Formats: sequence, C-alpha cells, structure tokens
Amino acid sequence: MIELLKQPWPWYIAGPLIGLTVPALLLMGNKSFGISSSLRHICAWCMPANIPFFKYDWKKEAWNLFFVFGIFLGGFITTYVLPNPSPMEVDPRLVHELAAYGITDYNHLIPEDIMNWQALLTLKGFILMAVGGFLVGFGTRYAGGCTSGHAIMGLSNLQWPSLIATICFMIGGFMMANLILPFILSL
Amino acid sequence: MQQHRDTEKDLQLRKMDASCVNESRLEHKWYHNLKYLIIGVLFGIVFVKSEVISWFRIQEMFRLQSFHMYGIIGSAVVTGMIAVWLIKKFNVKTINGDPIDIAPKKFNKGQIYGGLIFGLGWAMTGACPGPLFAQIGTGATVIVITLLSAIAGTWVYGFFREKLPH
Repeated sequence: MIELLKQPWPWYIAGPLIGLTVPALLLMGNKSFGISSSLRHICAWCMPANIPFFKYDWKKEAWNLFFVFGIFLGGFITTYVLPNPSPMEVDPRLVHELAAYGITDYNHLIPEDIMNWQALLTLKGFILMAVGGFLVGFGTRYAGGCTSGHAIMGLSNLQWPSLIATICFMIGGFMMANLILPFILSL
Repeated sequence: MQQHRDTEKDLQLRKMDASCVNESRLEHKWYHNLKYLIIGVLFGIVFVKSEVISWFRIQEMFRLQSFHMYGIIGSAVVTGMIAVWLIKKFNVKTINGDPIDIAPKKFNKGQIYGGLIFGLGWAMTGACPGPLFAQIGTGATVIVITLLSAIAGTWVYGFFREKLPH
C-alpha cells in the first residue's frame, strides 16, 4: 500500500481530491477556497503601510494562513514519508527541449539545474524566480484570485468572471512558455 | 474578503503590525483554525504526489504535451461544481450550523490584465501561489525568494491599485 502511495498519483485521483477542498472549507466554516489571498493577508499583517488595500482585520482571515502553512507542512511530510523513489517521467519532447538549455535533473519537482541559490545570482535565475514570483503575486491580486480562487472555486460556483480570468491565465502561460521562456532559458 | 474600515480597530492593528507580532491570537481561540491547517496538510500531500507543483508538469501543460494537468484541473472543477450545487440545493449548513454563502465574483478588467500577468509568472516559476508553499515544504528552500517576490508583487499591486485600470 505504502509503495503504491509513493508512486505519482494519477489525475483522476488527485483532481477530485483537490476539488473536495471546496466543500471541505465551506462545511468547516463557510470559507471560500482561495490561496493567493494569503499573500494579501501577509502584507496586511507585516507591512500595511497605510495602504487602504491592506487596512483590514486580517486576523479574521487567519484561517487562510493556517491553510497555507498546512500546504507547506504537507509538502514537507510527503517528502519524508512518501517520497517518489524514481525521477519524474516527463514527455520526451520536453526532455529534448530542456536538455538544450542544460536542464537534465528530474529528481526534484523544480529544475535544480536552473533553480538553486547560486542560480539566483545569475540573470536567468533571477528572472525566473524573483521576477516570475513578482508577476505571480502582482497578477493574482490584480485578477482577484489565482488557480484556486478563480479556476477551481469560481468555476465551481459558475462565476463567469472567473472563466475570463482562467482563460487569461492560460493565454499568459502559453505566451510565456512558448514565446518568451526560450529566450530566458537561453540567457 | 470584505474590508473592515473601522478606523479605531485598524489603528490598533497597525500598531501591532509594526512589530509583526500578534499577541492577541490566543484570545481569538486560535485553535479553531487548526482544522484548516489539517485540510491544508492533506491538500499539500495531494499537490506533491500528483506533481501539480512540478515546474515540469506546468511546462508540459503549456506545450500541450500532457493531459495530466488538464485532467486534474478539469476533474477538480467538476467535483467542486457538484459539491457546490449539492450544498446550495439542500441548503447545507457548516459543522457549526452557520449558513453557507459564497460571494459572487464581479467582473472588472483586472481579471484580464492581472490574469495575463499571472499567466506569464505561472509559466516562469512553474507555480501558482499554493504550490509555492508546497515546493518550499519539499525542501526547495530557494523558492522562499519566489514567495517573497510574490508577496512583494501583491504589495506593489496594493500600492498602485487606485492608478491601475479596473
């Protein structure tokens, strides 16, 4: 059983489990699933700087911070209790493409070849991690939610603004992965 | 996520925020929040085991090289839709007996501009906000920088919010 759990879980197991987070949070305390809000609460908590957007009682949203801390712990627990014994299996076309940029390590969920502390000091690493992270934080808040708040929670509740947001997430992602990322990875 | 504009309370809040400590959490029965921590842990485990938080899986998704991510997001949405429909249809209450209401999302142009910007970042970092926390948990410590950048991005959005088209 444990050996089976250590293997990567198929989409038809993982997807419904992720979807069940929506009713779980609603039933626990009428909480709407959303993760990027946690970044806002952290701003409101640590650096509100008299900005109206961060002047609210973030403690009433503290559940969200417990939730994301749980996600962190979940990652930690899985790595030590249920580690995948073999490297990740990725589409051969992607392997071929990434090899050209020197990315060959598939033992981690992030590409260790280009995402590590030394790489952070290179232009490529800085753009991928620091600039990329900035766009994630800025964009999700501007859009009013991320993959969880819009794509999963919003679509579950049949909200058409969330459909627009989700389509835009995908357009942005396709543009970056296919048109811009090759230049960044070549740096 | 409604804004509470109680000036007096906000003033007190900011005084405490300045040192970034929250001594009053115990008075708020903080342990009630532990149930969300447990859901988060389970959620994080699914995230890692299904490789949703993998930079490589996100790259596959945006190159249409794998069905995996589409299957996960699609089946998660269908599951969520059925659950929300059932909750509304049978007027299900929370475990504390409170009514469940879900705030509707209002359209503004931010969903387009912000959505595109987030999409760019998503394909670069290979992570949306949830996976960032899980990636750090798996031992990818450098992703702390990505998370801090994301918090900075959120802050900068808040700073320029009034000037941005919505």
